[in-house]
Amino acid sequence: MQPLLTIQGPETALFWFLAPLAVLAAIGMLLVKKAVHSALLLAWVMITLAIFYIAQDALFLGIVQVVVYTGAVMMLFLFILMLVGVDSSDSLTETITGLRPIAITAAVGFGGLMVSLLGHATLGRQPIGLEIANASGNVQGLAELLFSKYVWPFEVVSALLITAALGAMVLAHHQRTNPRPTQREQAVNRFRSGSLAGAAGLPGPGVFARHNAVDVPALLPDGTPAPSSISATLKARGDVIDSSQFQLDNVDTTVVEEK
Amino acid sequence: MKNAQLLLDDPGWIITLKAVIVFAVCVVLTIMSVWGERRIVARMQMRVGPNRVGKFGLIQALADGVKLALKEDLIPAAADKVVFVIAPIISATTAFMAFAVMPLTGPVTFFGEKTVMQLTDIPVGVLYVLATASVGVYGIVLAGWSSGSTYPLLGGLRSSAQVISYEIAMGLSLVSVFIYSGSMSTSSIVQAQQETWWYGLVLFPSFVIYAISMVGETNRAPFDLAEAEGELVGGFHTEYSSLKFALFFLAEYVNIIAVSALATTLFLGGYHAFPGLGFTEQWLGGWFTLIWFFIKVLFFFFVFVWLRGTLPRLRYDQFMQFGWKVLIPVSLLWILVVATLRVISTTSQSRPVTFGFAGVVVLIVLGISTAFESSKKKRDSVVHPVAAEPNFAVPSLPSEITTINVSNQGGDRG
Repeated sequence: MQPLLTIQGPETALFWFLAPLAVLAAIGMLLVKKAVHSALLLAWVMITLAIFYIAQDALFLGIVQVVVYTGAVMMLFLFILMLVGVDSSDSLTETITGLRPIAITAAVGFGGLMVSLLGHATLGRQPIGLEIANASGNVQGLAELLFSKYVWPFEVVSALLITAALGAMVLAHHQRTNPRPTQREQAVNRFRSGSLAGAAGLPGPGVFARHNAVDVPALLPDGTPAPSSISATLKARGDVIDSSQFQLDNVDTTVVEEK
Repeated sequence: MKNAQLLLDDPGWIITLKAVIVFAVCVVLTIMSVWGERRIVARMQMRVGPNRVGKFGLIQALADGVKLALKEDLIPAAADKVVFVIAPIISATTAFMAFAVMPLTGPVTFFGEKTVMQLTDIPVGVLYVLATASVGVYGIVLAGWSSGSTYPLLGGLRSSAQVISYEIAMGLSLVSVFIYSGSMSTSSIVQAQQETWWYGLVLFPSFVIYAISMVGETNRAPFDLAEAEGELVGGFHTEYSSLKFALFFLAEYVNIIAVSALATTLFLGGYHAFPGLGFTEQWLGGWFTLIWFFIKVLFFFFVFVWLRGTLPRLRYDQFMQFGWKVLIPVSLLWILVVATLRVISTTSQSRPVTFGFAGVVVLIVLGISTAFESSKKKRDSVVHPVAAEPNFAVPSLPSEITTINVSNQGGDRG
């Protein structure tokens, strides 16, 4: 019986270079604290897998792996994780008790299932090799299988995925109770809202000789600070600086001669 | 598969040399296109543009590049250092990678070796370009996230959402090209166009969709919402300086050249001459095709600059709506039409069936657009509640204007 795995030459070098990196990244994915780093390492694992597929003549699979998994799925992951913020790390305390043993059982069970499935698929069968499978071209061979023998599972999976996507949208989307005002209506309403103060937009923050950041309110003509010139977020955080300290009377203007 | 066979017997040193040439072409094109863009935009705005450094200001971009590289390299204290450094590298490398499958010339003799100026010819070359683009987004997203500041995060989110949505439209616009050429390899698509027509004409809707989505894909005006300086300072690269910023800059321009090259390859006949000028292709032993290729690529680049000089930036929600609610459904329907036409033309040779189908499609499109217009009218007629008339103190106007003195001579003022 011929050996199942025949790799040689550059492919061996490629394998021994990338495989340890992939395994390290996979382990690191579980160990790093920040969720974004995890996602990045997972993306790296997927790219290495894609390179392995390409090295084994499964060109289409490799490229599609990058487009779909790295490009679309991982990017959506990153999207969510990014919104969590740069400094947040995973909390390792259990919020729901008894979740850990369930998770471990499920993981072991799923792993066993995968191993037994893959074992069935590969052990005890004579592989015909990609040379024959790719005889009419990699893409053509794949298309032939996908649209003849496996057309039913293919369609079922796509229907399932579309249903899932629509379901997620229905669950996450809420209907507006009143129509969204258009830009024009907003402009009209600004002029009709009692005071003309905000008609041309809110005033900008103060610009003083000593300080011109967004946390100092501008001064009104009578010398009092204009509260509307500061962002509501900064106000809520208590990050507003008293602008009176920048008034000319309060600023120390004595010139000290340098020696 | 003529190109693939020609490439197969290339010795290693030729492949290396080609890789270096592709890299050099990208860098030089970037430098020249920065200069070109500034000159063209200046002309469109009644200015002169850079004209001091070198003849016609030709090496202005080079001087700017040197200055940029020598600036201080800052990493913000709040940044995630490793990711902050990796992000621009991802952006730049993936931009260059896309060029590996672009056929720049037809068969040429290169140092005594018969070959084509194309680094590699894989059967799924166009998908490979899409793959590199989708990895390139990581550079932008990670730059935005790792800067540890609000504007870059918003810019990164915007541009990644934008690139992902427009990549879908772009991918769909390519499908009809695949259906017509029967291949996903860049060189076979060029060959297939040589045998029939340019796909820019045959598959005009696909060409239009691709042209729009390539502008969205590269974050260029009028779709440069990720760098909307009025709202987001510099977008994802706000915190970047010196060489790291230069890498993003380089990536942006190489991406522009790459999508233009892909458009040339898929829709404008690639490196082949304009119809009727095919005899030029043998001048200079095939190297003349390089000139045709770059004429077409630079045409697309000019359109990019033209758009930037002409159109105002879109509002973000309008832009996303356009992508998801117009471009994607339209390209899906177009694929349906193309696939049906293809099946009709390959199975039955009868013209009436083809024309009948085309007529039905045109009628359906007209019907849908009529229905759409009437529903729009209905929607516009809905009156939204507005606040009551305000009561501002305004100086009273004369109820009736009786006389107006109009004096042309200005005699009052003496």
